[in-house]
Amino acid sequence: MDKKLDLVALRKAYTPTVVPVKDISLSVGAGEFLTLLGPSGCGKSTILRLIAGLEQPSSGQVLLNGRDVSRLSPGDRNIAMVFQSYALYPHMTVYENIASGLKLRKTPSGEVQSRIHEVADFLGLHELMNRKPGQLSGGQRQRVAVARTLVRRPDVFLLDEPLSNLDALLREHVRAELKQLFGSQNTPVVYVTHDQTEAMTLSTRVAVLNNGYLQQLDTPERIYTEPANRFVAGFIGSPQMNFLQVKCEAGQAIVGNSRIPLPLGSNPKEIVLGIRPEHVHVAQSSNEPALDGQVFLVENLGMHNLVSVRIASGGEPITVRALLGMEHRLATNTPVRLAFPPDSIHWFDVGAGDRVEATTPSMVRNG
Amino acid sequence: MTTTSPENQQATVHRPSVRRFILPIAVALTVLFCLAPILWELLTSFKTDDAIAEIPNVYFPSPNQLTLDQYQKLFERRPFLNYLFNSFLVSLASTVLALGIGAPAAYALARLKLQGERIILAGVLIVTLFPPILLFLGLLDIVRYLNLGNNYLSLIIPYTAINLPLTILVMRSFFQQLPKDLEDAARVDGYSTPRMLLDIVLPMTLPALATTGILTFIAAWNEFIFALTFITREDMKTVPVAGAQLGGASPFEIPFGPIAAATVLGTIPLVLLVLIFQRRIVQGLTSGAVKG
Ligand SMILES: Nc1ncnc2c1ncn2[C@@H]1O[C@H](COP(=O)(O)OP(=O)(O)OP(=O)(O)O)[C@@H](O)[C@H]1O
Ligand SMILES: [Mg+2]
Repeated sequence: MDKKLDLVALRKAYTPTVVPVKDISLSVGAGEFLTLLGPSGCGKSTILRLIAGLEQPSSGQVLLNGRDVSRLSPGDRNIAMVFQSYALYPHMTVYENIASGLKLRKTPSGEVQSRIHEVADFLGLHELMNRKPGQLSGGQRQRVAVARTLVRRPDVFLLDEPLSNLDALLREHVRAELKQLFGSQNTPVVYVTHDQTEAMTLSTRVAVLNNGYLQQLDTPERIYTEPANRFVAGFIGSPQMNFLQVKCEAGQAIVGNSRIPLPLGSNPKEIVLGIRPEHVHVAQSSNEPALDGQVFLVENLGMHNLVSVRIASGGEPITVRALLGMEHRLATNTPVRLAFPPDSIHWFDVGAGDRVEATTPSMVRNG
Repeated sequence: MTTTSPENQQATVHRPSVRRFILPIAVALTVLFCLAPILWELLTSFKTDDAIAEIPNVYFPSPNQLTLDQYQKLFERRPFLNYLFNSFLVSLASTVLALGIGAPAAYALARLKLQGERIILAGVLIVTLFPPILLFLGLLDIVRYLNLGNNYLSLIIPYTAINLPLTILVMRSFFQQLPKDLEDAARVDGYSTPRMLLDIVLPMTLPALATTGILTFIAAWNEFIFALTFITREDMKTVPVAGAQLGGASPFEIPFGPIAAATVLGTIPLVLLVLIFQRRIVQGLTSGAVKG
């Protein structure tokens, strides 16, 4: 049977006011790598601890392969977890660390040895087997922590920010390693991070969380190209998406002197226009939708300049940031005309912040 | 930056030369000051009676002024091995009890969200504020009532009780800085709570246990008032009491030599204990558990 993890209406309240997980339902199937992504304190670790059984849910269920395990102790759930701090037992050798979970489950010693051998081959841990964790580098500890979960052959892997203690270079390297490693096996993985690069590169699906609620659960591509609401749009992508609140008239948004048709079927008075800095460019012709402004900050990012432009609209000036090629030698205080290609624009509801989509095509897609 | 560096260099070259002299001298003086009484006792214990009594004081005795007689006298006149055994038994028992009761209590206080945790802690702290001398009269009544006089328990129980607050407070702060992830990892690995405590938590706790254990042991070993009052049988006395009660050949003679010898013999076990466990303490077993 395929391995599968389901969370059903999960809620965790520490105190009546501290409710880090409010209503989370999702499922992770075989071969899936699900990343929980969100700002600090949004309840990612809490969800992982609920799955592991280190915390009891206030309501809702955790199903493992269709079986309700909400009341089982962590040791009876057959899950394996990599902790942010690695949590290797300091008084045991690497071998004993990796073997401890198997020995407790009374695995025959021949199998313990062969499994550990296999994992050590895979991760290149053979020379380290008799060392204590104190004698390992950060990257080596991280690998031992991963090895400890791999030998268990659990029903689900849980990883809580396993790369956050590594330096930038090593992190990139280990990230690629993890992708290969977990890509080559079939057990569901739940991975917690607040680093969107990790989320985008590793996952088959990303769950964006905020404030204890699931904001969007989708493939990395769609999270980027079709953010479900303003929070997701602002959280994913760096530099951050630009948001402009614009007036509308007869199903058209008024941007400067031009009008951009809104998605079919919507006709609000005002709407939030979102556009990523990488999609804004310098206007070439006078008939594309564009706004005039003045450059007030140029940040060199190597391949591009991140240009901040102040746009005088009726009330207070708005700031739009654009990633522009090096060929535009823009100095501060020079006037510039920024174009917004209608295809790259995201529309969001002014009040709730939900994505506004053309009603007919989306109905076709859902149906 | 570059222009100021020559000046800095001069300053750093100049200063150590002063420090190089003053620092070792200061250290030597401090050490001498602290060790002087002990060294004096040590010297006295090896001198002949005449050399001890001689005026001016003999700081550097000649070979014919040195002797092992004082130690011989100590063991001949009194059952000194017996005293050592008594001290050892009482101190060890109260140390084991204090750790055995205090460490689990400290763990509970550090890890469980107990109702009224602050009140419990305040209570523990207040107990340490009572000078033992105040407790002494009450304890004497209790010892009489329970008929515990001349029983090792009359010392073991109060020593345990007096050292418990310290054990609890020290161990609690140790458990608090012990990463909780380790216990979580153990639970995910499938350890039951008792096995987790024994196999994972206890090994990491050994350095802290050794430190607090030594403090408890020393306090019990050196205790005087309770030992003097609750124990009157000669063969059950502890080293400090026996040392203080050493008599001379006549009531007017103070036996400086045997007293010095008793002091030295009473101190050696403590010194050995600290030396043995020092490595344990310094080892820092927890290093490498988490990101380091
Ligand atoms: N044991 C606890 N008791 C009370 N509140 C807690 C407890 N553990 C976590 N919280 C609270 O729950 C909220 C979510 O915590 P959680 O650790 O899940 O955040 P996170 O998303 O993992 O954040 P980060 O990215 O910083 O790790 C926080 O506000 C935190 O203060
Ligand atoms: Mg976290």
